[in-house]
Amino acid sequence: MSTVDAATRKKSDSDVAIVPRSETEELISGSEAIAHAVRLADVDVITAYPIRPYDTVMQYVSKMVADGALDCEFIVAESEHSQFEIVKHASAVGARVFVGSSGVGWFYAFEALAVTAGLRLPMVAMVGNRALDDPGAFGVEHNDALAVRDLGWMLSWVSTAQEALDTALIAYRVAEDPRVFLPCAISCDGAFLTHSQAMVKVPSQAMVDGFLPRYERGDKRLHPDNPITIAPQVNEDWLMEMRRQSDQAARRARDVLIEAYDDFNAKFGRGGEPFIERYMMEDAEVALVGMGTMAMPVKVAVRKMREQGKKVGFVRVRWFRPFPTPELQEALARVHAVGVIDRDFSFGSAFFSGVLANDLRAALYPARNRPKILSFIAGLGGREVSTNNVIEMTKTVFDAASGAGSDGQDSYWVGVRG
Amino acid sequence: MATGSVEVVYRGIFQKNLAKNICRGVVFAARKEGKIGIAFGRYSDSPERNGIPAKQFAVVADTEEEMEEYLSRYEPENNDVTIVADDTLCKGLESWGWNGLQPINKLLKAGGTLLVTSTRSANSLIRDIHRKGAPYNLAIVKGPASFSGMWVYKDDHSDVRLLGALAKVAPHIVSLDSIVAAINEPKKNDLKAASAKQAYDLVASMEVDANQGNDAVPLKFELPGWTEMEECLVIRGRDVKQEVPGWEGGFVPGRNPTFRKFSTRTMRPVIDFDTCTKCGFCWLQCPDTSFDVAPDGYYDANMEACCGCGICEAVCPVEKCITMVNEEAFTDNQSQWQMWSKDKKGYAAWRSEKTSAQPARSHGFHHVGQYAEEIADEHR
Repeated sequence: MSTVDAATRKKSDSDVAIVPRSETEELISGSEAIAHAVRLADVDVITAYPIRPYDTVMQYVSKMVADGALDCEFIVAESEHSQFEIVKHASAVGARVFVGSSGVGWFYAFEALAVTAGLRLPMVAMVGNRALDDPGAFGVEHNDALAVRDLGWMLSWVSTAQEALDTALIAYRVAEDPRVFLPCAISCDGAFLTHSQAMVKVPSQAMVDGFLPRYERGDKRLHPDNPITIAPQVNEDWLMEMRRQSDQAARRARDVLIEAYDDFNAKFGRGGEPFIERYMMEDAEVALVGMGTMAMPVKVAVRKMREQGKKVGFVRVRWFRPFPTPELQEALARVHAVGVIDRDFSFGSAFFSGVLANDLRAALYPARNRPKILSFIAGLGGREVSTNNVIEMTKTVFDAASGAGSDGQDSYWVGVRG
Repeated sequence: MATGSVEVVYRGIFQKNLAKNICRGVVFAARKEGKIGIAFGRYSDSPERNGIPAKQFAVVADTEEEMEEYLSRYEPENNDVTIVADDTLCKGLESWGWNGLQPINKLLKAGGTLLVTSTRSANSLIRDIHRKGAPYNLAIVKGPASFSGMWVYKDDHSDVRLLGALAKVAPHIVSLDSIVAAINEPKKNDLKAASAKQAYDLVASMEVDANQGNDAVPLKFELPGWTEMEECLVIRGRDVKQEVPGWEGGFVPGRNPTFRKFSTRTMRPVIDFDTCTKCGFCWLQCPDTSFDVAPDGYYDANMEACCGCGICEAVCPVEKCITMVNEEAFTDNQSQWQMWSKDKKGYAAWRSEKTSAQPARSHGFHHVGQYAEEIADEHR
């Protein structure tokens, strides 16, 4: 079966009316949840190359293929560079693709990552977040996925296995929307999400078919019946206009994401707000901001501090690209100080802060009410961020809010041995 | 407070499914009681490696909020029960590199239960288990280290037997009824349910005093601060020669002082220096460079470097010169060459005692076809 056939064999079903909700509950890890989404999206071409923690997804997907639950081309490449190149080409001919990696494996594919976004191919990837070698380390850091933040990739961070499954389905719908045609990476924290099993609602095929239309590349599909050239050599004569188009696509992705979440919420009865999750923010005087499974200790800490009457809230950034600028401006408009907890680093950057803190400062600079923004670097290499760590950080944020503490022109390393 | 948590300590890779099945069983049984549960592996070293000490955890709670405390942790402390799927792990484990040796009962809460699958006596296990400093209980489910759950291995019901025993020693986490109900889903399985019930009936636990057990101080490292660490990822080697008096003229490789993995070992080589021809095959083939060259040219397996793979035994051309013996037979890591050079007669007696009465090997087979023989023995 050629990939072209594979891409055209599905019936068009985007207009199907709402299907009754029918889901099974399964005890699965975040990686297995992603594999279920891949199965339900009926992906055509999948490439794999092992690296921990992403390799768990590849194990689950290959088992599904072996069990006959998923009919696709499953190719084990000889390196990550080829792994991503193969799906890039498959995507160009109209195949729905899935791929993934972790840490320096993702970096080994970097050339392919750049051209995929440049070619406007809707590749969906899972990044099992892992510290960049050296030194060899398995634990989570966000710098791997964040490295593509300027290239046109959409980037999402999830905090539960359920959210991983749901977000992967949404990712296909948004990435493959002709208004967008951009690749999308779903980041799952290594260990805490990829290797942890919880009960997950796995929707029926009919439900997913009612939400996720087929991938139609239309007259941009590379095919003998549709003679086109893609990826020509251009120079100063064309390139800037092409970049502007990508910029426009990244802008349009916002609206398409909102549409997709609206529809997902209607059809699945969950999904929440598209870009951010607000936790106890209604009357918050200070806020913490973070991504991924960091949400767990932060929420526990927020509840403990609330019990003591401290008005603190939490905003979890679900999509880093497109960056939720209006949502964050609105959500943080009433707080006096913000503590951004980055599970990443940006050595030598402004105030030596984390990547999220730097982007958040930029987003809030033109806001009418500008809270103080403090940057905390925590949990690198998978180090646990404890509830007490979060409570300590929050005290520093309250001090800044009162005007007595930091003016925000520095960053704090939390949980590092002195 | 969560209702409870269970730690399952096992050896990768062959016991990975067993550990996973136990933890999934806890979660499914807890759901029968309207509680919620999660299961996760101790992440860091790879359980895909043969013999590596590894862990799974199951956590049971009444609400999602309670559960959240456990959702981004590596190792919950104060577990209600620690299940040990291979009794050689009672000596402790250090699979995650730089943290030293973790006593098997370290993450068990005071008054909790250490549940071990073993054919050994309680006293023999307590000899190996480090003193906890607080009283706890020891319960034994009779049986060898099982590979149950691995598709090519016989299913000896180790998972459900441990779950049945768990319901006895920690009924507040899951009841036997819930365990049986979970076993019978999605398909009724009377045999497995009977195994769980039998283990529930048979398991007995005894109290272990705070100061009972192995009094050795577990290997521990000082973790340096960022201002104390050497820059550029440099780790200085340990010049072992300086530490071994009487070794002048021999060769001991410089080893990373903070990276020892000997709890991966389930058996160790016992060497007959009287028949050794000094051919050097063991030294050459050892994947962990664990053989030191003694001043007289013999090869001494360093027990702080040996992972117990048995390659030296396999490549040794002299019959019965190197014999792999279950770790159960040893209480320390002393140098066999030094024992031998001090007292050759005494060493011969020691060696003969270790190699003749050696207990069954754990986590590995001695020769091709051994498993088939074991199965045949059981059917006889």
